[in-house]
Amino acid sequence: MGMEIFGLPMMYYIAMVAKVLVAFVFVLLTVAYSTYAERKIIGHMQVRLGPMRTGWHGLLQPIADGLKLFFKEEIIPAQASVFAFLIAPLIALIPAFITFAVIPFGGVIEVAGYKIPLQIASYIDTASGKVYDLNVGALYILAMSSLGVYGIVLAGWASNSKYSLMGGLRASAQMISYELSAGLAIVSVFMLSGTLSLNEIVNQQSGLWYVFKQPLAFCLFFICSLAEINRTPFDLPEAETELVSGFCTEYSSMKYAMFFMAEYANMITVCALTTTLFLGGWQGPLVGSFALLGPVYFVAKVYALIFFCMWIRATLPRYRYDQLMHLGWKVLLPLALVNIVITGIIGHFIN
Amino acid sequence: MNPITPIMNGLKITLSHMFKKPITLQYPDERPKVAERFRGLHALNVSHDKAKCVACYLCPTVCPAKCITVEAGEDQNHDKFAAKYEIDMLRCIFCGYCVEACPVDAIRMTKEFELANYRREDFVYSKERLLEKK
Repeated sequence: MGMEIFGLPMMYYIAMVAKVLVAFVFVLLTVAYSTYAERKIIGHMQVRLGPMRTGWHGLLQPIADGLKLFFKEEIIPAQASVFAFLIAPLIALIPAFITFAVIPFGGVIEVAGYKIPLQIASYIDTASGKVYDLNVGALYILAMSSLGVYGIVLAGWASNSKYSLMGGLRASAQMISYELSAGLAIVSVFMLSGTLSLNEIVNQQSGLWYVFKQPLAFCLFFICSLAEINRTPFDLPEAETELVSGFCTEYSSMKYAMFFMAEYANMITVCALTTTLFLGGWQGPLVGSFALLGPVYFVAKVYALIFFCMWIRATLPRYRYDQLMHLGWKVLLPLALVNIVITGIIGHFIN
Repeated sequence: MNPITPIMNGLKITLSHMFKKPITLQYPDERPKVAERFRGLHALNVSHDKAKCVACYLCPTVCPAKCITVEAGEDQNHDKFAAKYEIDMLRCIFCGYCVEACPVDAIRMTKEFELANYRREDFVYSKERLLEKK
């Protein structure tokens, strides 16, 4: 343990790699099995069974799907812009995964006498026991989620197909409009917390969760996030009935799978972010005495939100394009602004 | 109009459906219970070890799909019997008129519905294949 690299103990690097691996594998597995859960849940909500035949109750279905996609032929359209066409799935996928770097999924645990904060981009000062993480974590997440739109727009444009282009255009318009409301909705949380560090925001929620202080912001943020990650009822960019499959019409094989994974990884990120900002992150009863309960609470809350996303998908039909824009600009945006003003006024009088 | 209530009602409905018993039938493993008077594959009734059919030609006459071919023969007792009785399942519409028309109750319809085959010839059921299984 005596060895140090850049003034940090060896254990720091080992813990870092372990945390990255755990978080990455967790997200990947959740991506795979949320596709299964979605089919199963929607199936049961439609009084069907969902996948049943691959493994016990269809449990191997995600693996079968993955294998099938992996062995499919890669098709690049003759008139496509090849470089952009190839790079687009990566641009969509990578931001979806790296947002997890700043989300705290647990408190501080102790392994072999070394304290490890359960958040990838964080560092604990052993002398003072204080956890330092990225102090603009929420901004980082907003930035990364807006990068994802580039992947979709590029995919739509590079495919050189009218369905893809329409899907890409719709996606960019929708994501940019709703990002605004989502960003404004969480401003009111930052007004309460006074910090953008996600670790600090979770610590402040050890008493009362922000969802009880900011119920409107919670609803607005969750609705806008659903729109931003193109999930029903806001899945216009890939409206099958109108646009075949939207921006990923021309994609096949693993590149198509990457868009699919990005979509589900985005859903997990959004649910994790909502948990962190509004539902107290890893906070819960008895978490003070058993630090390992933190990740359990965190995962439970994230999965509950994912279930809610699927529940919404089973319930609501798709919005029309003008309704979508009307909802985004004339309903959600003013509500978010009003929420900020009210939070400001109440905050002023309380202090 | 309040937009929240319909969404809440919809969510309630989908959630309540989740706890209902799925109506899916896992077909090859689970067999469907067909109706009491289901009209499936035909069977020729047997009496005293012979088909009851007397080759009266009422069933090919009434058949709207013209899928029944009957040829009459004469046995040792000089009784008329069906020397040839064929039903083309590709043409049959399973209307059950043959059963209704039969004056001697020689034909009925079973609950058998899996009639797929690999060759077209196999869809023409001969008298031997139609005789009721004991």
